[in-house]
Amino acid sequence: MAEAKAITQPPSGLQRVTDSVFRGLCYSFAWLSVLGVIFIVLRIAFAEVPAVRQYGVGFLTTRTWDPNQDQYGILPEIWGTMYTSVLALVIGTAFGVAAAVFLSEGYLGGFVFSVLKIFHVEFHGLWGKMPERVEDILKNLVELLAAIPSVVYGLWGLFVIIPLIRPACNWLHLKMGWFAPFGTDLSGPGVLPAVLVLSIMILPTITAISRDALVSVPPKLRMAAYGLGATPWETIFAVILPTAARGILGGILLAFGRALGETMALAMLVGNSNSITVSLFSPANTLAALLANTFPEAQHKEVGILMYAALVLLGITLVVNMIGAFILQRASAGLEGAK
Amino acid sequence: MATHATTGGSLSALPGEPGVDPFAGVDFNELEKSLRRPRTLINVLLTGLVTCMTLVALVPLFSVIWMLLWRGGRKLSLALFTQLPPAPLEQGGGFGNAILGTAIIVLLAALISIPLGVLSALFMAQAPEGDLLASSVRFSAKVLTGFPSILAGVFAYGAIVLATGGYSAIAGAVAVSILMLPTIMLTAEDAIRMVPAKMKEAAIGMGATKTQTALMVLLPTAFPGILTGVMLAVARAAGETAPLLFTALFSSYWPFSHHHLDLMQPTASLAVLIYNFAGMPFQNQIEMAWAAALVMVLMVLITNLVGQSLSRRQVQS
Repeated sequence: MAEAKAITQPPSGLQRVTDSVFRGLCYSFAWLSVLGVIFIVLRIAFAEVPAVRQYGVGFLTTRTWDPNQDQYGILPEIWGTMYTSVLALVIGTAFGVAAAVFLSEGYLGGFVFSVLKIFHVEFHGLWGKMPERVEDILKNLVELLAAIPSVVYGLWGLFVIIPLIRPACNWLHLKMGWFAPFGTDLSGPGVLPAVLVLSIMILPTITAISRDALVSVPPKLRMAAYGLGATPWETIFAVILPTAARGILGGILLAFGRALGETMALAMLVGNSNSITVSLFSPANTLAALLANTFPEAQHKEVGILMYAALVLLGITLVVNMIGAFILQRASAGLEGAK
Repeated sequence: MATHATTGGSLSALPGEPGVDPFAGVDFNELEKSLRRPRTLINVLLTGLVTCMTLVALVPLFSVIWMLLWRGGRKLSLALFTQLPPAPLEQGGGFGNAILGTAIIVLLAALISIPLGVLSALFMAQAPEGDLLASSVRFSAKVLTGFPSILAGVFAYGAIVLATGGYSAIAGAVAVSILMLPTIMLTAEDAIRMVPAKMKEAAIGMGATKTQTALMVLLPTAFPGILTGVMLAVARAAGETAPLLFTALFSSYWPFSHHHLDLMQPTASLAVLIYNFAGMPFQNQIEMAWAAALVMVLMVLITNLVGQSLSRRQVQS
């Protein structure tokens, strides 16, 4: 057989050169992205060295922020960040896991199926696909919640949520003012509107990850529980949720990380007041909102101090995210045996 | 038939000693499926509760969309897309420069993050199992996934705004590209890994170099998946506000100087415009914020839906 007629041929010199250049390029880009991340973290970490020297740990435990007297402390912001995130996480988890169970159990599809059954079209070529389609649409709708930019949620919270909840909040304050979380009235931006919007923003994360965890529970576990006579909800509580618990926990931690770092909705809704409060209706502040509101007008000296606050935020979110990612990894590994 | 009968017979004879009813202590009414039974009732109630909670969780989505259409839709006109933002108390105006600014910033950010993301993903997907560099790249991408967006702004401020001496579209684009990178990288890696091994092996068997395999087999086959990641990243980038606040800042003018596009000056963006105008006490500005939010959400949702439909096509093929 003549060499020229063969389908295959060894690479020419030019192709060899292109190959090594391209592979080198991929290799160096991979290095570049790793070094880039290290550089980003170090850049934020070292920018605050002067501020750390000057203010030390006291920065984290004092509560004044007064550029005129050169006194800075971010305890109220740390408290506000934790308070809003934890509350949002409680609400977001309740609704997020509920939605995940709803999606993974296929209730909507089942409902559509039984409606179709009334008309005897449940296996029809066109109508028979309806249950699956409707489930898909619902899943995409929950995911769309995550697609709406946070500044739009901020705008919506400002002009819809605050006017909507204000009468109820002020009534609660009037009737139950002795209870610390209702200790002040809601005059505008405050903790509760921020928490509500924040919980909406983290809900899709929790739902998506929990749903993945619930769906990947081996079906035979469910069938075994049914076979023992358990009702569907006894099965969910005793078998499915415990099996998927690690995955759900990982999702909740990732959502917590997102809530801690969320900026715009909080900057618009939390009220930016430098105070430590347990009242749901009084304004507060968070680390990310502090950065967003103070940075644009910061003087050179203040920038170093804000960098210190940024490092604190980076530290908290990195730790939470790494634990979340680690648990998720363990969760997917842990299910291997059950399959 | 015969076997059925035997198994049936042996089953009934199986439990317990002869002459003792094996189900003596069992109350068969307990097993009845009826709403009078607490077990069944709790089951139905919980199903109802979960249904309600899911519906409640979707209320904000519809409320946001309804408010955008109602308050933003009223204001929509051609002038919005061609004119500059109004001064306080001034009527009319638009946000043409903000739309252009958002487009410029997202485009620049994509130019930074797409090559970096796709080529790193190619490296990760091709690397042998347990390769140290590949797993560090993956780890960095996961770290960036949870990176607070405001910190990307802080970084770009320190690294670019302070270095170049001014707020600019470039600084904004760098900040946004940090947030786009992990989405592009991780989805691209997944997409490349999904390419059937036999296609890759066929290419190598034909004597293709690794580059030829990557460029002619892997990337074209994984293209829909990679594009999905890019679309999702672009959709996210277009809505980001926090990283732009003190990198691209804001501007009431077109991003031109001397009739040339100027990337080194403060640049307007839709997201920052919404943030600034929402806090103003002027009716015209607030309405403009709603209109800008409508335009931005439409841009984001369309990009998102295109991305999602592409990913569905990939699954089918």
